[in-house]
Amino acid sequence: MTFWTIQTLNGVSFGMLLFLLAAGLSLIFGLMRILNLAHGSYYLLGAYVALSVMNVSGSFVVAAAAGIAAVVVLGIVMERVFLRRLPPREELPQALLTFGFLLIVGDLSLAYWGGGPQTLPKPEFLELPVRVGPVMFPAYRLFVIGVGALVGVSLWFLQERTRLGAMLRAAIDDADIARATGIDVSRLSTGVFAFGAALAALGGIIAGPLLGVYPGADFEILLLAFVVVIVGGLGSLKGAFFGGLLIGLLDNFGKALFPQLAMFTIFAPMAIILAVRPSGLFGSR
Amino acid sequence: MKTKLGVAAGALGLALVPFALSSYQLGLLTKMLIFALFAMSLDLVLGYGGLPSLGHAAYFGVGAYTVGLLALRVIDNFWIDFGAGLVAAAVTAALFGLLALRARGAYLLMITLALAQVLWGIAFGWRWLTGGDDGLPGVPRPSAGLPWSLAGGLAYYYFVLVVFLAVTAALWIVVRSPFGMALIGIRESERRMEVLGYDTWRYKYAAFVLAGVVAGLSGNLYVYYNGFVSPAYLSIVFSAMVLIMVILGGAGTLLGPALGGAIIVLLENVVSSSTERWLTVLGVIYVVVTLFAPAGIMGFLMNMGGPYGSPHTPPTRGELPTVPTLPARGESPTIRNV
Repeated sequence: MTFWTIQTLNGVSFGMLLFLLAAGLSLIFGLMRILNLAHGSYYLLGAYVALSVMNVSGSFVVAAAAGIAAVVVLGIVMERVFLRRLPPREELPQALLTFGFLLIVGDLSLAYWGGGPQTLPKPEFLELPVRVGPVMFPAYRLFVIGVGALVGVSLWFLQERTRLGAMLRAAIDDADIARATGIDVSRLSTGVFAFGAALAALGGIIAGPLLGVYPGADFEILLLAFVVVIVGGLGSLKGAFFGGLLIGLLDNFGKALFPQLAMFTIFAPMAIILAVRPSGLFGSR
Repeated sequence: MKTKLGVAAGALGLALVPFALSSYQLGLLTKMLIFALFAMSLDLVLGYGGLPSLGHAAYFGVGAYTVGLLALRVIDNFWIDFGAGLVAAAVTAALFGLLALRARGAYLLMITLALAQVLWGIAFGWRWLTGGDDGLPGVPRPSAGLPWSLAGGLAYYYFVLVVFLAVTAALWIVVRSPFGMALIGIRESERRMEVLGYDTWRYKYAAFVLAGVVAGLSGNLYVYYNGFVSPAYLSIVFSAMVLIMVILGGAGTLLGPALGGAIIVLLENVVSSSTERWLTVLGVIYVVVTLFAPAGIMGFLMNMGGPYGSPHTPPTRGELPTVPTLPARGESPTIRNV
């Protein structure tokens, strides 16, 4: 009983992390048709910067803010200075350019922060486990789930219930018409790109105490986030959420129950979903 | 005529140059030829078929692992191992093609990546078979089953050179055949080709599998060359590297990707000997090439139009009448915000 509860909790918290990554990937793709391979870099860099600031300031909140700020700056520079120079709606040049950034950030991080795995310390108030009925839950996992759920609900509210969300949906639907009605799609794009980057950085930072930061984490999380959006449907927030949960649970139970086959428990369902629904569970096209 | 002379001179040069090189340089040249082949295989689907892939290392790696495993664990016979490597790559491509070719654009990139990653996962996790992260060291150069041994550097170079020239010639024939023309037509406008009565899926699928076989072939050659195979051969970095080889050289030309492959191998060698930051340099190459040379070296040489006139378009030799492309149904021609 306890095994299943704890594993489910772990799976859901990992799923929420994946959701943070996949939501950004999906939003950016939905609005700009950019397949951003540097998304893994945002995760890695956010965690590393937070780690360094944490060592100096000792405050998790300050560290998190610094990590997110650094990544937002990187994201804005990438979007404004580099990606805009590429021809629109061509996936390959964008993928290559962002892959270049993935390599550069990963390699320079290795040079600066070294090759060993490092762990971000947890915020103090989340150190202790929480008792719910007969089971002790690690508070930090619950915190991660809470953050994911909060982001999910806020994103849904933002997109469906606010003026900004309406502008965003209009721009996703037809950027030209949206522009003609006076929506500043250019600024909106930069904003969405920066916001997606911030979500990925947040993911890296809150994953820091759980999974640690290490060279190669950028590739690992990127691939899992890809599986999430393939399963859920690229460009769909709902897909990112439920896809993240599904892959998080599959990954966790796969590793716990069949450690040798861990990859298969993720990729086999993905292949099946692909075969049945090439555009994912919630994909529109 | 001029091209024929150039090709003959190039082949002759490659045949004679070993006598002027040290054994280390000869090894490097062998590696350049192998990656030139690998890049050309991707170009068949990317440059001619217009189908990008972020998982082309899958077939390279499957070929390499098949040869390595058979040679080390089962039987060290060149014909059996080499043939099995090609068959394994073909089967993998045939299987992956069924799944991947249902998608296009960004989805195609992600799916090919994810599929290659499945194989990476197997190679990494299934330790008793593949040696996991440590890979399979000690794969011998081909000699058993052959009239003479290819173990020496010079013999192996000539073997690779013969394979390289034969495959290049074969690909040259393929891309100029009606099949190759149809592929180019599909790249330019799949809808138009469908209207003309082509079963475009079958053309794309055939090109996909053929590209997989040639990639497997280069993997076979490389595992013999290196004597070693590891999960890195299946990784996204490898897949992305062959992509940039094609783009750097010029997609949609045969010579371009071969050149791109050779250049990247050479650069890696030069840069790695002076700094540990090869991956940073490689990353910068990605950025610079996509921003400033999207048509690649060949595009530059042929002096084609503006920087983004046609990143995928090879120098047409008047085979295809240039009809203004109509936007496909459901797509609106969109001008990007500035």
